[in-house]
Amino acid sequence: MGLFILRRFGVMLLTALCLTFVVFFLTNLYPNLEKLAKTQGNQRMSDEQVETWLENRGYRQPMLVKYGQWLGVMPGFTNTLDDGQFVGTCARPGVAPEDTPKFCGVLQGEWGYSTVFKDDVGGIVSKRLGNTGYLMFWVLVLMVPSALIVGILAGMREGSVLDRSLSTFSIITTATPEYVSGVIFIAIFTSSTVGLKWFKGTATQAMDNPTFENFFLPVLTIALYGMGYIARMTRASMTEVMTAQYIRTARLKGVSFPTIVMKHALRNALIAPFTVIMLQFPWLLNGVVIVETLFNYKGFGWALVQAAGNNDIQLLLAISVVSVFVVLLTQLISDIGYVYLNPRIRIS
Amino acid sequence: MSKLADYDGPILEIDKLSISFFTRLREIPAVMDFSVSVMPGEAVGLVGESGCGKSTVALGVMQDLGKNGRIVGGTIKFKGRDLSEMSAEELRDIRGNEIAMIYQEPMASLNPAMKIGKQLMEVPMIHEGVSKEEAYARALEVVTDVRLPDPERMLNSYPHQLSGGQQQRIVIAMALMSKPALLILDEPTTALDVTVEAAVVELVKDLGKKYGTSMLFISHNLGLVLETCDRLCVMYSGEAVERGSIHDVFDEMQHPYTQALFRSIPLPGADKNSRPLIAIPGNFPLPHERPPGCNFGPRCDYFEEGRCDAQDIPMFTVPGNDRHHTRCLKFQEIDWSAPVTMADTKEKAEIGQTVLKIDNLKKYYEVAANALFGGGHKKVVKANETLSFEAHESETLAIVGESGCGKSTFAKVLMGLETATDGQILLDNRNIEQVPIEERDAKTVGEVQMVFQNPFDTLNPSMTVGRQIIRALEIFGVGNSEAERRQRMLELLDLVKLPRAFADRMPRQLSGGQKQRVGIARAFAGDARIVVADEPVSALDVSVQAAVTDLLMEIQREKKTTLLFISHDLSIVRYLSDRVMVMYLGHVVELGTTDQVFSPPYHPYTEALLSAVPIADTSVEKQHIVLEGDIPSAMNPPPGCPFQTRCRWKSQVPGDLCEREVPPSRRVAEGHQIKCHLSEEILKSMEPVIKIAAE
Ligand SMILES: Nc1ncnc2c1ncn2[C@@H]1O[C@H](COP(=O)(O)OP(=O)(O)O)[C@@H](O)[C@H]1O
Ligand code: SF4
Ligand code: SF4
Ligand SMILES: [Mg+2]
Repeated sequence: MGLFILRRFGVMLLTALCLTFVVFFLTNLYPNLEKLAKTQGNQRMSDEQVETWLENRGYRQPMLVKYGQWLGVMPGFTNTLDDGQFVGTCARPGVAPEDTPKFCGVLQGEWGYSTVFKDDVGGIVSKRLGNTGYLMFWVLVLMVPSALIVGILAGMREGSVLDRSLSTFSIITTATPEYVSGVIFIAIFTSSTVGLKWFKGTATQAMDNPTFENFFLPVLTIALYGMGYIARMTRASMTEVMTAQYIRTARLKGVSFPTIVMKHALRNALIAPFTVIMLQFPWLLNGVVIVETLFNYKGFGWALVQAAGNNDIQLLLAISVVSVFVVLLTQLISDIGYVYLNPRIRIS
Repeated sequence: MSKLADYDGPILEIDKLSISFFTRLREIPAVMDFSVSVMPGEAVGLVGESGCGKSTVALGVMQDLGKNGRIVGGTIKFKGRDLSEMSAEELRDIRGNEIAMIYQEPMASLNPAMKIGKQLMEVPMIHEGVSKEEAYARALEVVTDVRLPDPERMLNSYPHQLSGGQQQRIVIAMALMSKPALLILDEPTTALDVTVEAAVVELVKDLGKKYGTSMLFISHNLGLVLETCDRLCVMYSGEAVERGSIHDVFDEMQHPYTQALFRSIPLPGADKNSRPLIAIPGNFPLPHERPPGCNFGPRCDYFEEGRCDAQDIPMFTVPGNDRHHTRCLKFQEIDWSAPVTMADTKEKAEIGQTVLKIDNLKKYYEVAANALFGGGHKKVVKANETLSFEAHESETLAIVGESGCGKSTFAKVLMGLETATDGQILLDNRNIEQVPIEERDAKTVGEVQMVFQNPFDTLNPSMTVGRQIIRALEIFGVGNSEAERRQRMLELLDLVKLPRAFADRMPRQLSGGQKQRVGIARAFAGDARIVVADEPVSALDVSVQAAVTDLLMEIQREKKTTLLFISHDLSIVRYLSDRVMVMYLGHVVELGTTDQVFSPPYHPYTEALLSAVPIADTSVEKQHIVLEGDIPSAMNPPPGCPFQTRCRWKSQVPGDLCEREVPPSRRVAEGHQIKCHLSEEILKSMEPVIKIAAE
């Protein structure tokens, strides 16, 4: 088990390395750098000026060197400009050149400096991640139990009216992307056109003071989309279990229907959806980007949009690393949970 | 809940029962006008080919026919009460409490995510409302009753931790938890190995006696029914065709189908020349395509036009016998003792020179001890240990043994699907043991071919039969043009006696026997010289088995093929093979001619195997040797002799030799070798297992 987890972490690191290199490569393409120079420096810089600007700040070093500096395995770039300004990878405003460390990469715990937020990337990411984590927590609280209940209810009697109505509901929810359902919810529940002013159309206050009123809609929007999918998986798994021989055995033992569902079918039916729930995570992150932007909730997804829009290289990189870890970590949990639920693998 | 009051009529009384399944297309009458009754303490066998409606009857009794099944006529009375008139609640009280059912796949009938103990305890807790502690005590008692070792550990395990035989014992224990009045067993041992089957059957018989349970025993194996039941009901295509006591039906059968069934199975009492297998011609009619009049008509030797197909046939009482009935118009006109009219006996081709020589072949697999979390230590599975033998042209060499003994591994190595760990395989003095199939030339691939157990899995479902055979011809490099290959394909269809029109059919339009014929045609496409037949008929129905077996032998005669016939069915092995090799846990424990292997001296395992095979012949007396326990896992074989954990002769070997040393292969007669420490004298003193009582 230990070895297994260790190996998984190895894979995670490797994936993170590859992915960040790709992101690094793309964000460091010349057109992007040019844009960066113009936003940071001066919009009306000539081509030569851009070139010097980039040159002076170490952006024209070979790609691998820059990547090494970001990782913290190569000493950071330093330069003193003609006007005496000290610049470099590790330079921070207000820090004297003597105090600037030699290495300042991820390995040193330095995630870099966000050019958009004018702040340390590490701090931004952890703050935004906290916000998103809070959002996701409530999404899960709402989504998982309702999806499982819907799936189990639909699957326990295949083809019944209950099954058909719940299945239709699930299909509609998965077929409606967040940007559609989100807009519809905002239109119906928050605007004066319909008149149901039940909820707030923005979740900005929810960051400091979350209430049902300002927080429920974003949670619901993300949860609904994932829910349909999990519910359908649960239903498929449940219908299969209900036709299994051992369910017939239980029936012919004289076990009553509710007991069959609760004691015999449930656990077996949950093995497959559990994996799915965990694998849903990456997709939920997707929804997070849309919903956070839509409801102006300043979380991880919102930060990603800001970073991408302004070519904030270091912030983008940090976000990719975190995403990779979130995705792979959920897969690890999914594997371990699968083993736990399935005694056939647990005890062999 | 208390049981129904005592009742002294029949426990189960099925009267003119008809059951249909309703599909979108049509009504499928699965069971028609079926009657049988089971008296207290009686065991009644229900025999018939698959699809004849046996399971449907059983599920009808349980009132569990699913969404689309319905009883459309007749009654099922349990202790005098009509089951179909009971409410859901009353039914729940009866199920598991008064009537229990066991079916074919033990693994599938146990809940994989629930501990055995809990599954057992549930029964008395539901029906008698007993406390947990009492239920546990009861479970412990019953598990001890079904002779499982270490009952407490058993109760605390999950189903997958048990072997197939142990699981089936648990299923039996579960059925007996509330001491039901009626036990329905639907092919309870089909998925088990013969020696395990024998032990389970013995157990069911004993427990039936101990608890006074009546039984409805469903099987397609006549031998098994003979060993377990008092009475017998033969079913054909949804109807009961003959009903009576075991002795009446076995020795004085009164229905042509029963007779044909008996003639199509090999019996040890008769040899293959005087009593060849006779296949039942034609195919089983589908429920919605039954002929008018007698269902068996189109396949019956005694069919009379204008009479047998003119009316519905009722059950007739056979005068003079005890409750003996038959559904045949002509049963009093047929001369039941007339000898079998034999087709001309065919001379067996001379056995030629050595084609295949196996020398000290070993195949070890390395497996990770824990599949998911990989790594860690690896275990070595010794699938084949030092196999040495020769096979000759035109010879049939049977390889016999139970699951996990390494039969299929050997076949894979021979085919080149795996490479050997050590030793050699010489095909015409060429080494092929290290040449995987991709590196073999077309000729070698074509020469060594295989017929698989399950004809359903080996044909591509989306390609016509003809196309599949032509594909094989292309692979073996036969024929220069498409036209030439097509011609050859048609000839191959002739060879396996399939109509040429079948070339354009899809596999799903074929019956099991016909699919197996296509498999055989494909195997012979490249002029195979060695054909490995891995349980080629065990997935087929008895009446079809004979035809496929005969076909294999006929092709062999014509092509001088070396046939390696892998099987666990000793009756058929005795019928068709020249030499027999018995394997146990990767070792060849006995090798000799068929006569040598089937008569003493035996290897102790061969002896047990012979005793375990059910024989459908009332004149055969068998020694009862029941093996304790299960076959050890190949991953964890016992030290010393592989068979020592279950051997009943072990005490005859001085010291603990059997536990320490793998016995050497000893020659006991010309061409007969046995791998055992037993001394010459003891081997000589062995009695034959199967004796034919004098007529
Ligand atoms: N659920 C079902 N729907 C439609 N046909 C069925 C169903 N179950 C069984 N049958 C048909 O009923 C017939 C009898 O089947 P079965 O009782 O399983 O036979 P056996 O147990 O003797 O092999 C077969 O032709 C089978 O195809
Ligand atoms: S009724 Fe006629 S066809 Fe049917 S079994 Fe008897 S003899 Fe054969
Ligand atoms: S060697 Fe010993 S244990 Fe093995 S079969 Fe012979 S007598 Fe039995
Ligand atoms: Mg059946």
